[in-house]
Amino acid sequence: MENLLDGWGLTVATFSPMVGVAVMLLIPRDQEDRHKLVALVTSLWVALVSVLLLIEFDIGHTDRLQFAVDKVWIDVISSHYSLGIDGISLPLILLTVLIVPLCIVYSWNHFPEPHNPKAFLILILVLETGMVGTFAAQDLVLFFVFFELVLLPMFFMIAVWGGPNRRYASLKFFLFTLFGSALMLVSFLALFFLTGAESFVFTDLADAVAAHGVSRTAQLWIFGGMMLGFGIKVPMFPFHTWLPDAHTEAPTVGSVILAAVLLKLGTYGFIRIAIPILPEAAVEWAPWIGMLAVIGIIYGALSCLAQTDMKRLIAFSSVAHMGFVMLGISTLTDFGINAAVMGMVAHGLITGMLFFLAGSVKERYHTLEISRLGGLLVQAPRMGWIFGLCVMASLGLPGLAGFWGEFPAILSAYSPANGVPVETFRTFMVIAAVGTVLAAGYLLWLLQRIAFGTPPEEFADDPHITDTSREEWIAWAPMLALIVAIGVYPNLVFRLSDGAVDASLHECLTVNASELTADQAEALGCADVYNISVGDGHGGDADHAAAGG
Amino acid sequence: MSVELLTLAFERPPIDWHAFAPEITLLSVGALITLVDIVFLEKARPYTAALAGLGVLATLIPILTLALDGADRTMFGGAYVVDDFALVTKAIFLLSGYVVILLSTNYVAEGDYWENEYYGLLLASLMGMVMMASSRDLISIFVALELLSIPAYLMVAWRKSDLRSNESGLKYYLMGVFASAVMLYGMSLLFGVAGSTQLTHIAEALNGAGSSVSVITMGIVFIVAGFAFKVSAAPFHTWAPDVYVGAPTPVTAFLAVASKAAGFVALLQLVYVGFYMRPEVFEPLIWILAAVSMTVGNLIALRQTNLVRLMAYSGVAQTGFIIAPLAVAGHSGAIGDQALSATLTYLAVYAAMNLGAFAVIITLARRSGSAEIESFAGAFHYAPAMTVAMTIFFGSLAGIPPLGGWFAKFEVFRVLATAGEPWGYALAVVAAVNTVIALYYYAAVLLKMWAEDAPEGDHLPVPFTPSLTSALAICGGVTLLFGVVPQVVARFTHVSLLALGS
Repeated sequence: MENLLDGWGLTVATFSPMVGVAVMLLIPRDQEDRHKLVALVTSLWVALVSVLLLIEFDIGHTDRLQFAVDKVWIDVISSHYSLGIDGISLPLILLTVLIVPLCIVYSWNHFPEPHNPKAFLILILVLETGMVGTFAAQDLVLFFVFFELVLLPMFFMIAVWGGPNRRYASLKFFLFTLFGSALMLVSFLALFFLTGAESFVFTDLADAVAAHGVSRTAQLWIFGGMMLGFGIKVPMFPFHTWLPDAHTEAPTVGSVILAAVLLKLGTYGFIRIAIPILPEAAVEWAPWIGMLAVIGIIYGALSCLAQTDMKRLIAFSSVAHMGFVMLGISTLTDFGINAAVMGMVAHGLITGMLFFLAGSVKERYHTLEISRLGGLLVQAPRMGWIFGLCVMASLGLPGLAGFWGEFPAILSAYSPANGVPVETFRTFMVIAAVGTVLAAGYLLWLLQRIAFGTPPEEFADDPHITDTSREEWIAWAPMLALIVAIGVYPNLVFRLSDGAVDASLHECLTVNASELTADQAEALGCADVYNISVGDGHGGDADHAAAGG
Repeated sequence: MSVELLTLAFERPPIDWHAFAPEITLLSVGALITLVDIVFLEKARPYTAALAGLGVLATLIPILTLALDGADRTMFGGAYVVDDFALVTKAIFLLSGYVVILLSTNYVAEGDYWENEYYGLLLASLMGMVMMASSRDLISIFVALELLSIPAYLMVAWRKSDLRSNESGLKYYLMGVFASAVMLYGMSLLFGVAGSTQLTHIAEALNGAGSSVSVITMGIVFIVAGFAFKVSAAPFHTWAPDVYVGAPTPVTAFLAVASKAAGFVALLQLVYVGFYMRPEVFEPLIWILAAVSMTVGNLIALRQTNLVRLMAYSGVAQTGFIIAPLAVAGHSGAIGDQALSATLTYLAVYAAMNLGAFAVIITLARRSGSAEIESFAGAFHYAPAMTVAMTIFFGSLAGIPPLGGWFAKFEVFRVLATAGEPWGYALAVVAAVNTVIALYYYAAVLLKMWAEDAPEGDHLPVPFTPSLTSALAICGGVTLLFGVVPQVVARFTHVSLLALGS
């Protein structure tokens, strides 16, 4: 069992959905129940495999790649079929395999127009392969392929099952993302050729960068290209404009997957690829990333205040929340990036839930116009309460998951990594803190307008407005439980991510400069790059330096 | 002169029959089709397509045995060579030819066009391509080129009663002849410098000649320009859209894939065996052709309303991608080899995905009788399988992993980046920008098919035919296979021409 998981676990988890797709292709289109069943069983099977992986996962060594597979894939370009997971990938994979079956359950009895469950479910399963594969890939080319594999199904999900403006939204999503990917691919190639690395495997590349010392300018350019590619996916301000359109037009399930998992592919790229492989460039870019992140936080929050459409508002809140994640990442500290991983999981659960709720509201009221809604608590009390809980979680109420993503991210900006300007980041910290106030503002206002008060007249006696249905309960309960569980015991995520995050950061970023002796600093060989000035006047540290020197 | 004297003077050059087996097989099948037509007249009609298809597949057998044998075979003093390059490209031509026959089967039969002649000419044109792959001599290149072009002129005008078809036939013919003339002039200049028509001799002469630089440059420019017509590289592409629209669609597919590939193969041989020592001449030339083709093709494609016309302009843009690696080929031997493999890889993938796209167009156009993009709207609702197939092919043309096209594009970028020259990087950037532009029109067509409603709520299913279905299955399978396991194609295209040239 253990051995079987070791060699095949990840491959099975990644490609099982494709087996489901193959089976579904053979079933005629009108046998809808069979399609639903196959899709659900497949996604549950993937979830089961992933849970087994979690059980077998060695929590003591989250920094180590586990269940690793490494086979030569494309010989001519030295690309490997290299999969493996550590403490950063695992929570995200678990999030993915949780969301997918829930989405299938949620859409069980109400597939969006033009119906066609066969095609819809096939797209979801293809998406699942792409998402799990991206989180498991340990080779740049493989990563790129999975990263792109996600694109087409989502494009079609928006284009076919989306709202009235779907053509524009889907094309915009497609072009933005692919523009980013094109630049990203060029950066990947440049990285490979300039370093002369043995293969595209992440660790080989990181070693090659460390050993051969690619010129600083080249590193900066390469990081810039990656930043554009990942940043569009996150999305970072000013590349976020595709997101509100895509979310507004996407079918509910599409929005949920987009918010819960797809956005994380971008931030994951930063944590997994850009920063570990190019730490020096990361230091240089960090203030800019931080700046865009806080602009995103404030801009997203202000935009939320101006929205009249519930789904669009939640979409803009994603921009703000991902801003917190990016702020955590830009500090380049263990603390900040752990907060980012937590923020990714929390945002996936909470915003995913909010989109589910928006979908359910839309189904009952046939509108998402905030001014026409109201009194959800009167007409559908359970749903109203769930909505309230998710809003609280989203604004970062302690005791719910959102808090552990947001608060540490802000806190981490107080003392960013070596070489990153402290004053700038403290300013960011203050701005981000203001952002949380704004977040509380727009979210509570949203809650007030939608859940409180009396139902508007046009819906007062509408018999369609019922409380939470059985499918909705099944789909939502696990997510709500996790939001509370992580909120109460954040170590569920931190314990997995901490070791891996620590290992992914360059030693020079994390070392406590004020406790270093000059010799130790010399031995690290990175004092100049990271601005590590030994014993710079922090009380007794000068003694160490003197003793060492 | 007496007969004895003639026989004495003519010494038959040694002929390696094994090396000639593919050509002979193809020729015999062509002759057989003509014979069958003469003997059985109308009774043979239903079987002609099958016979032609089988003949093409049979031709692959000697290619396989030659490949297993592995030895390079040189004939006629180096004018005709059977090496790995020749075998790989011959296989590409024959497989594309086979798919074109599958695409033609119903089209030609239903349109009540002449069938035996059609397949006879198709095989003759294929014969020219197969010969082209082995030609390492200006004369054999020219003969092969004419052999593949002249039947194509006729096939373009096959819809005799349609004015558009006649127009495009004439246009293609005139443009083709003009290109041949330009090319011949260039060849004559090089012959003047080298005193030989053999590419290896020309290579030596070009390497040594110091005084006649301008003549050499003109010769190379004219030859490359001539082939630029053939492969529809901008600014020599203007014939392509009209000819593509006017020609019967299977013939369009043939022109867009097989005939174009033959042009590339000739260009590769000329560049690698003949001009390789003159990178300062051919590299800038190719660079400009590549950059202009990509940009012009893509920009004009953005505004097309007819899918076949769009394919013509997309083909121009793809041409730019295919030749792009040659712009840095002269950097070093290693880069040269990589550029050759990249080009061949692209050609192989391009053949599969482009033929596939045409197969979908032919299948769907059979139903509506129109290739306007509008008439493809809502295809997802009545022909989901076709829509998915089109998504695979267009996604691949756009270069989205894990469909075959991504690896082809990846290889092009890789070569351009590896050379480490500013020129190379600049072209890579042009290519990257163009990838995104191209995405727009491919995605727009796909959006039409997926997201819109069928005109007038027309939801009749599409009639399938076995031959079109198998063509789609072959192209789709190959496109996916190349994308997921690129090693398959990379293994075959990993060949070199340089050993021969130097």
